[in-house]
Amino acid sequence: MNQSTTQINRRNFLRLTGITGAGLVMGLSSRANGVEMVENLTNVLESFELHPLVVIEKSGLITIYNSKPEIGQGTFQSIPALIAEELEVSLDKVTIKQTGGEKKFGPGQSAGGSASVRTSYMNLRKVGAAAREMLIKAAAQQWNVPVEECYAADASVFHRPSGKSLSYGALAEAASKIEAPKNPTLKDPKDFKILGKPTPRPDIPSKTDGTAKFGIDASVPGMVYASIERCPVLGSRLVSFDATAAKKVKGVIAVETCERIHGVYKTEGVAVIAENYWAALQGRKALAVKWDHQGFDQFNSKEYEQSLRAAAKEEGAIDHQQGNFDKAFTDAPVKVEAFYETPMVSHSPIEPMNCLASWQEGNKVEIWTSTQVPGRVIGDISSTYGVPAENVKVNMFFNGGGFGRRLYPDYVHEAVQLSKKVGRPVKSIWTREDDTQQGPFRPVTYSALKAGLDANGKAIAFQHKVIAPTLDMQKNYDKTKTNGTMTEGISEQKYEIEHMKNLYVHHYVHLPLAAWRAVTSTTLAFSHECFIDEMAVTAKKDPMAFRLGMLTKDSDTKNLLNKLKEVSNWDKPLPAGWGRGVAQYEFFAGLGGFVVEVSKKGTGVKIQKVYAVIDLGTVVNPDNTRAQVEGAAVMALTAAIKGGISFDKGKTVQSNYHNNPLVRINEMPKVEVHILANGGPTIKGVGEPGLPPFAPALCNAIYAATGKRIRRLPFDINKIV
Amino acid sequence: MITLNINNKSYEVDASPEMPLLWAIRDMVGLTGTKFGCGIAQCGACTVHVDGRPVRSCSFPVAAAAGKKITTIEGLNERIAEAVQKAWVELQVPQCGYCQSGQIMSATALLKTKPNPTDADIDTAMQGNLCRCGTYQRIRSAIHRAAEMIK
Repeated sequence: MNQSTTQINRRNFLRLTGITGAGLVMGLSSRANGVEMVENLTNVLESFELHPLVVIEKSGLITIYNSKPEIGQGTFQSIPALIAEELEVSLDKVTIKQTGGEKKFGPGQSAGGSASVRTSYMNLRKVGAAAREMLIKAAAQQWNVPVEECYAADASVFHRPSGKSLSYGALAEAASKIEAPKNPTLKDPKDFKILGKPTPRPDIPSKTDGTAKFGIDASVPGMVYASIERCPVLGSRLVSFDATAAKKVKGVIAVETCERIHGVYKTEGVAVIAENYWAALQGRKALAVKWDHQGFDQFNSKEYEQSLRAAAKEEGAIDHQQGNFDKAFTDAPVKVEAFYETPMVSHSPIEPMNCLASWQEGNKVEIWTSTQVPGRVIGDISSTYGVPAENVKVNMFFNGGGFGRRLYPDYVHEAVQLSKKVGRPVKSIWTREDDTQQGPFRPVTYSALKAGLDANGKAIAFQHKVIAPTLDMQKNYDKTKTNGTMTEGISEQKYEIEHMKNLYVHHYVHLPLAAWRAVTSTTLAFSHECFIDEMAVTAKKDPMAFRLGMLTKDSDTKNLLNKLKEVSNWDKPLPAGWGRGVAQYEFFAGLGGFVVEVSKKGTGVKIQKVYAVIDLGTVVNPDNTRAQVEGAAVMALTAAIKGGISFDKGKTVQSNYHNNPLVRINEMPKVEVHILANGGPTIKGVGEPGLPPFAPALCNAIYAATGKRIRRLPFDINKIV
Repeated sequence: MITLNINNKSYEVDASPEMPLLWAIRDMVGLTGTKFGCGIAQCGACTVHVDGRPVRSCSFPVAAAAGKKITTIEGLNERIAEAVQKAWVELQVPQCGYCQSGQIMSATALLKTKPNPTDADIDTAMQGNLCRCGTYQRIRSAIHRAAEMIK
């Protein structure tokens, strides 16, 4: 931790001290505290950068910057660990700070796509190794001994023959003047002290005593609060509003319009700005707003679903083709066909969207928020409002959940506009109703599947046709083209089927859409892997054996299924009334699989046991990996058996957790997680791959137990019909 | 002005009586460990203790809290609460951490009345606390672990 910290505004600090420019190391957000802090002046002046991400003070304090926003996935440990391992420092002796999209920290300061560790593993180890070599070289120069006689351990450099040592703090200044080696020597993984070990997460203690700061906790002098009324009929235009009554509410300061910018989905809202948030909410209730619904008040889920089913008859654009599917399917002695449907769902992180923004003199904007993408925030605010990027500062916090929702800075735009209008820092907080009803939502995918089997039950022809809008809400889509995001993973499965033709049918919807944890794989894995099960049933084969039968070549998928078979005791008979199901899914983020066991219970089923295997190649923190997969199973279960977002008269039917429920503790199944980390050339992601295969494994288990095939989510687990 | 006793300190807040206690704690007193999640007592992120009992402060009028002893996550300091926090760290329960103040307030209240809770007791006491990251399995284990610690 910082020895002495004083909370001062950065700009004030610069003005007061007159210090600017290179060489000055500014504390951004310290461990367990997103609020900007600046170390006392002495420390600041005696800090030395060995790399923008590695700063060592004369006092010995070591700071490592985490460039991947912490959204619960554990980057506050896993990312600094990559550097600390090679630097030979223990994580508990390091201050970890979060970067906020600053140019000097480079591109890729974002959390998404389960990409943090898998894309940084080598790069950040090299950062740590280079810093280590610079420190060793500095010590060797000081002692006038060969570098080869020196080594680093526990934040010091040692001279092997004499046993003398110098701390990193004592070496920092000299080391910072040495050119960074381009190809530093990396440690042998067998010598790892942190990587691959279940190291405790440094953010966790602060998350048990209320000291962890989230965006919603930000506060600056003079700030006011905003609550924004947006069109309940999604896509409507603001016509006019009457703020007379709202302005009479005690504490209300102003009523202003602002535009929510979510890609091509742009709508105007009316914001009530008040001295406290409660007053803003009361003022909002007193608003009278007129909307032009532009016909969207005719929109409802039932008709939308019918239109998706009708669109399934379109030929579609080819996503992937091999062999001659049409002929093989026509000639196949046994045919299987099925249609699968998935709902729109909400992200519903427990921390609602919020942003504190301050539009300041001199065309400057300062932002305090929970975001997965500080770099995008800077870029979007800069380009939208003509503010130079270097004048946009993002103060980072722990995210109270991301799940893809905080990849989109629509809520930042609103606060920035409002601050400009009222000339004060504005903190906008969405209500849970805003979050549930305004989206953006995970889009639906409907799937038409076909397969041809030969007389021995071998799969010879396969087709997965996806009917869906695009994630970026394109209206005039070129229907001759497929869309990799909307067909995610369907053409990447390792099953060896000779003839295949996968297709995409674009079907527009006017609603705000967004990536949701594991993106489109969360719905396509359900249809894909349940249909594989239907093929196995038709072929009268065991679903595990059927899958392995299509995996004659070595692959990670084959290893994963074999591991699942082993850990779940797949071949061991289950009690009467029980059933087990398996599913796996490989997509851009990685590879996971489940075996789920259920038992009949009244008209429904009870989940008895969940076995998960995630294939990583290389694991950085096994305990956190297990936690991520446990959590992914819960989120997938919610999406399978709860809620779903629907529309009536253009409005979102659901509004809060009472009618858009999440799985609660009493519904949590026992999840046993196994990690495959057998090396290999690629590292796979942790945060998302545990999600997609859960629902199909569950539904396949339900089929095994009850004979009921579930082809539409969500379903009522207590009433399987 | 309404006088609130929070964590054994007295605060005067200029709040309308029907304002939920949550906003008085967060925006007026400045204790931000208690979280806003839903505003309708469905998620439990705002759980505090009022006279030792867990209460959803987002749906509890500030006037009703006057003269009562309010404890927030920042004010937890006795043996049971410390065991809960320790178990939470030991079992690495939090992910994003946003709901965990509320989870810990509910778990502490549970262990005060039932120092050795069964799984069914945990289900009953903890059902009101949502976790979107899905840390429930670890919450259950950590409550059992804390129960062992306070034996």
